[in-house]
Amino acid sequence: MPLTDAPRIVTARLSYPDSYTIERFLETGGYQALRKALTMTPAEVAAEVDAASLLGRGGAGFPAGRKWSMLKPDPVTYLVVNGDESEPATFKDHLLIERDPNQILEGVIISAYALQVTQAFIYVRGEFALGLERMEQAVNDAYHHGALGRNIFSSGFSLDVVVHPGAGAYICGDETALLESLEGKRGFPRIKPPYYPAVIGLYGQPTVVNNVETMANIPWIVANGGKAFAALGGGRSCGTRMFALSGHVNRPGAYEVEMVKVTFRDLIYDPQLGAGVRGGRDLLAFIPGGASSPWFGPEHLDLPLGQDEVGQAGSMLGSGSVVVMDSTTCPVRAAWRITRFFARESCGQCTPCREGSGWLERILYRIENGGGREQDLDLLLDVCDNISPGVHWPPEQTTICPLGPSIPPSIASSLGRFRDDFLVHIKDGGCPHG
Amino acid sequence: MSYFNAAMAARARQLVSLYPKARSALVPLCHLAQEQDGWLRPEAMEEIAELVGVTPAEVRGTASFYDMLHTEPVGRYVVSICTNIACLLDGAAELLDHASERLGVPVGGTTADGVFTLEEAECLADCDHPPCVQVNHRFVRTTTADAFDRLIDELAAGGRTEEIPPHGTLVRIRRSGGLRVPPDEIARERAQRAQGDG
Repeated sequence: MPLTDAPRIVTARLSYPDSYTIERFLETGGYQALRKALTMTPAEVAAEVDAASLLGRGGAGFPAGRKWSMLKPDPVTYLVVNGDESEPATFKDHLLIERDPNQILEGVIISAYALQVTQAFIYVRGEFALGLERMEQAVNDAYHHGALGRNIFSSGFSLDVVVHPGAGAYICGDETALLESLEGKRGFPRIKPPYYPAVIGLYGQPTVVNNVETMANIPWIVANGGKAFAALGGGRSCGTRMFALSGHVNRPGAYEVEMVKVTFRDLIYDPQLGAGVRGGRDLLAFIPGGASSPWFGPEHLDLPLGQDEVGQAGSMLGSGSVVVMDSTTCPVRAAWRITRFFARESCGQCTPCREGSGWLERILYRIENGGGREQDLDLLLDVCDNISPGVHWPPEQTTICPLGPSIPPSIASSLGRFRDDFLVHIKDGGCPHG
Repeated sequence: MSYFNAAMAARARQLVSLYPKARSALVPLCHLAQEQDGWLRPEAMEEIAELVGVTPAEVRGTASFYDMLHTEPVGRYVVSICTNIACLLDGAAELLDHASERLGVPVGGTTADGVFTLEEAECLADCDHPPCVQVNHRFVRTTTADAFDRLIDELAAGGRTEEIPPHGTLVRIRRSGGLRVPPDEIARERAQRAQGDG
């Protein structure tokens, strides 16, 4: 692992070209953690995960152990794994699903044992055709290996896993939308309360929904102990985490690094990681944690990659995706494209999101393409304020799910940092960046 | 007359049997129908409705929510080019324009011979290979205009079929473990046994 001597936890196998095969998996310790877990009581396994202080790797960063402890006891409970990775510029789950599906599955089986769930679903984004095939193969191999199905490794514990394909809808990444989708409906996020699927989830039954990368950490935690995991990182952000780095860097890629011990500067400039901004150009800004996170500037480069550290600085680590924009980037165009994404992916249930996203997209489009008016800048913020009053961070929630209030931050960031750029667009009647 | 052919009908029954509630199989069944015909025919939606116990309108209403489910015919190859933020920073809009010109169709259009449909996609989660291009949801990693043209030539000439099956075929691995007997087969067997007894 670059920069610190922390072990690779979720990407250890990825250096093998055949990392996704059951043969390689078994040769490199696969299902040993499951065998160990089955000698422990379910409560002991859950205690290890709780001791690891593993924060969910989907985007919200909710402690996995606490989520598990909230599962309401019931004869029928479910575990649903969220592999619907669609957050712009996030591509870590894609890599894990395609390159080490068995590891994810082992995490699922261990988690199901800890939760005493007998039916799990792995929801994989529909656009990952290869990932779906590899996950389905992993499930087949697990059944034939005795790691899945009736009486797993003669332990008396039984579990069935179904790989469920999505069909293209960003909103299904929201856990309640994902459950609706898994029930065969439109991916409409559910009205809260109930706040937690752990109480009322799939088919109305108590359900734990965990992210793919969260699951991939479980085998290591069981094999090495929760304490060993918690010893890595710092503060509330324990262990390692995958960061998907893209945009104007020399070496884009998904990198597993120790949390908190590594900074954005390391991630973007270290020769083993991003290796610097392309062409040696200056950094204009970077998006630290997905399309909805407020942008950071060069003054934030020395912030550590930790959930609370980034949160206190006014943004979020979110889905662990970092997009680097160099000095040639048009900030208006960038904000327009992100806003258009939200406008396209709004599910349409709530008025502020459905209408507001389209209005904002059209205003930004006309500024970028030479039809902007000076009052448009105030109008942008006014519409943002209607979607999320105050337009501050973290955003005020006004809608069923967080998608709507996720729209203003990129616009407010772009406008706040690069107001002069917007004014030049309006005055010159077009984009100065060509 | 059933919509699904015999082999597909067996897979359809198996899909329904995998879930605690039949309706969960709705989207997988739509993928199955697309595997058979490339798109979701009205007859397919009617049969799926019957299989999962909802109305055909509910199937259409659900299917139309999802980008990958097509209620109109599409080409044998659906070419998706991402223009979201990471790809936009690396020439995605220009590549999409080039693709539109090369294929001679606007974004969303299908070539007259029915071979190619061009789509503009949202982030496809392969952002370290921008601009990201998929054909039938297989990542092809052709990031330049020249590479794109070569890919189109190859596909038009009938190449790369191993790697890129016709549109609609999503998962070629068949589930072989943890299979439950579909409820209608159990019912049929019971009925046959009852007849035998009588």
